Amino acid sequence: MKILVCISHVPDTTSKINFTENDTKFDTNGVQFVINPNDEFGLTRAMWFKEKQNANVTVVNVGGPETEPTLRKALAIGADAAIRVNTEAKDGFQVAKELANVVNDGGYDLVIAGRESIDYNGGMVPGMLAALINANFVTNCINLEVDGTNATAIREIDGGKETVSTSLPLVIGGQKGLVEESDLRIPNMRGIMMARKKPLTVLESTNTIIETTSVKFEKPAPKGAVTLVDADNIDQLISLLHNEAKVI
Amino acid sequence: MSVLVYTESEQGKFKKTAFEAASYAKAVADQMGTTVTAVTINTVDVSELGTYGVDKVLNISNGDLDKFNANSYASAIEQAAKQEDAKVVVISSSADSKYIAPILAIGLEAGYASNVVEAPSSIAPFTVKRTAFTNKAFNMTTIDTDTKIIGVSKNAFGLVESSGNASSEDFSPSIPNSGVTVQSVDRATDKVTIADAEIVVSGGRGLKGPENWGMIEELAEVLGAATACSKPVSDLGWRPHSEHVGQTGKPVASNLYIAIGISGAIQHLAGINSSKVKVVINTDPEAPFFKAADYGIVGDAFEVVPTLIEKLKAFKAQNA
Ligand SMILES: Cc1cc2nc3c(=O)[nH]c(=O)nc-3n(C[C@H](O)[C@H](O)[C@H](O)COP(=O)(O)OP(=O)(O)OC[C@H]3O[C@@H](n4cnc5c(N)ncnc54)[C@H](O)[C@@H]3O)c2cc1C
Ligand SMILES: Nc1ncnc2c1ncn2[C@@H]1O[C@H](COP(=O)(O)O)[C@@H](O)[C@H]1O
Repeated sequence: MKILVCISHVPDTTSKINFTENDTKFDTNGVQFVINPNDEFGLTRAMWFKEKQNANVTVVNVGGPETEPTLRKALAIGADAAIRVNTEAKDGFQVAKELANVVNDGGYDLVIAGRESIDYNGGMVPGMLAALINANFVTNCINLEVDGTNATAIREIDGGKETVSTSLPLVIGGQKGLVEESDLRIPNMRGIMMARKKPLTVLESTNTIIETTSVKFEKPAPKGAVTLVDADNIDQLISLLHNEAKVI
Repeated sequence: MSVLVYTESEQGKFKKTAFEAASYAKAVADQMGTTVTAVTINTVDVSELGTYGVDKVLNISNGDLDKFNANSYASAIEQAAKQEDAKVVVISSSADSKYIAPILAIGLEAGYASNVVEAPSSIAPFTVKRTAFTNKAFNMTTIDTDTKIIGVSKNAFGLVESSGNASSEDFSPSIPNSGVTVQSVDRATDKVTIADAEIVVSGGRGLKGPENWGMIEELAEVLGAATACSKPVSDLGWRPHSEHVGQTGKPVASNLYIAIGISGAIQHLAGINSSKVKVVINTDPEAPFFKAADYGIVGDAFEVVPTLIEKLKAFKAQNA
């Protein structure tokens, strides 16, 4: 089985979010970039398929040269090869188009992406990709088993879960549950050394169509101060929630 | 040319998100000087939609669509959009709608903006405000394609009533075979879900252990609320993963969010920031949550919460 894991390169979750160039660009100054958390769960599940079912795992990112350390980290975790499509990621459709070309050229059976990225939060790349390449698609995926060309997946739904059967080629949008937090791997020295020798192929972009354009960013309005209520005066809290906030 | 809205239902009844999506569609239609058509699947009574500005309902009744299927639903909505020649399609941000929307976007060759929080600031260019960086910022985005899909965030635009009647007609799209088949559904139907809840009661590591969740559940029950937790609480197995909220868990956009024994780490706050009113109960006055909350009690959860439950019961009895 050939697996492609889509890796979004995102600011570390602790990052303060600021903008530059008249609020049109994300300010990367002092920001650490990491593998998108949902993609890290997916990559870890891919490692399971590699070890248990002899799968071959390639990671891919659509982005500029600055994303290569993130791809190298994925290689150090255990992926066999990496691909970077050399273009600035501007919208979900453009990224999905680029990924569709990579999947079609590489003949991948299974594409593991994340439910959503924590920077763009589109929740759109995996579904668009699946529709573009005519593959089956399961998102909010919290478990995946593959047997030959058949697959069984569990999808989180509001208030519960749903088990579905499907077949390869398949795209999933993964999230926590696909593997446990404790299954996540920190690259060791050997992994890091080996990653340097693994192939990282740079492909030129083939798509120029963009459907949405980011115009400007805004930060949320600063919050007013908290109203403190004395622990001995719960009645006051109830009264505030009822009369002032009108939420109970 | 009308604006099309997908109004989702569950067991034959509209979800609240359907009315919010309809209210949003009405605002867009007013800006564009056109009408609103809703498409709905296996819903028993569609008359309520008129209240939220819908002029016409395309009513699909089809036993093959009883179980949700993203491809089939996307195909049905796509056919409705084409029949109506809709240039704008509005959809909610429920888990199901977010599953459908990207597939629909490819089918309609439409640009899609998700997590939209306000009516378009302009129609030409078509500009919307969406959340980005998991609620740490907003992004003004233009949708540049001829057909546009807008995914509206929960509890951001709100419900807007207008006086009107919706006419209803049957619509029978052809349903393609889907390569994804539901085998079984495992869902607690008696519990309020985080996605739909007006109030969410959430516990953190300050509660010391899973055996102490009784009071969290009781508080939630008194308030008709859903229960949630911080990430370490689900990582430790005290509570199921499905309750983990925050940047890497579920987003919460309720009217009221009550955080008990939660410090207020940046990743936690990112996920719950779209809740309208936030209450924190924490022993540590320096806990960062106090900077994000509207109301706070510096105190021990094991004393404050039982009192709060008793007083709320009395309050509910009085105001019933
Ligand atoms: C990549 C990444 C992603 C993450 N994503 C998320 C996420 O999505 N969601 C999330 O929640 N976290 C997330 N985190 C974790 C986050 O950084 C914090 O560690 C976590 O939110 C802390 O949980 P907590 O507040 O329950 O526990 P703690 O930080 O241990 O806080 C416990 C609080 O309880 C208070 N307390 C103690 N005893 C009592 C008492 N008797 N009564 C009242 N209060 C009491 C303490 O004063 C303290 O403030 C993420 C971290 C990383 C690295
Ligand atoms: N630039 C990118 N390169 C590779 N994969 C991506 C990129 N952007 C998004 N993805 C994948 O698509 C998922 C959802 O992203 P999004 O649609 O931005 O929320 C991510 O978790 C990744 O798996």
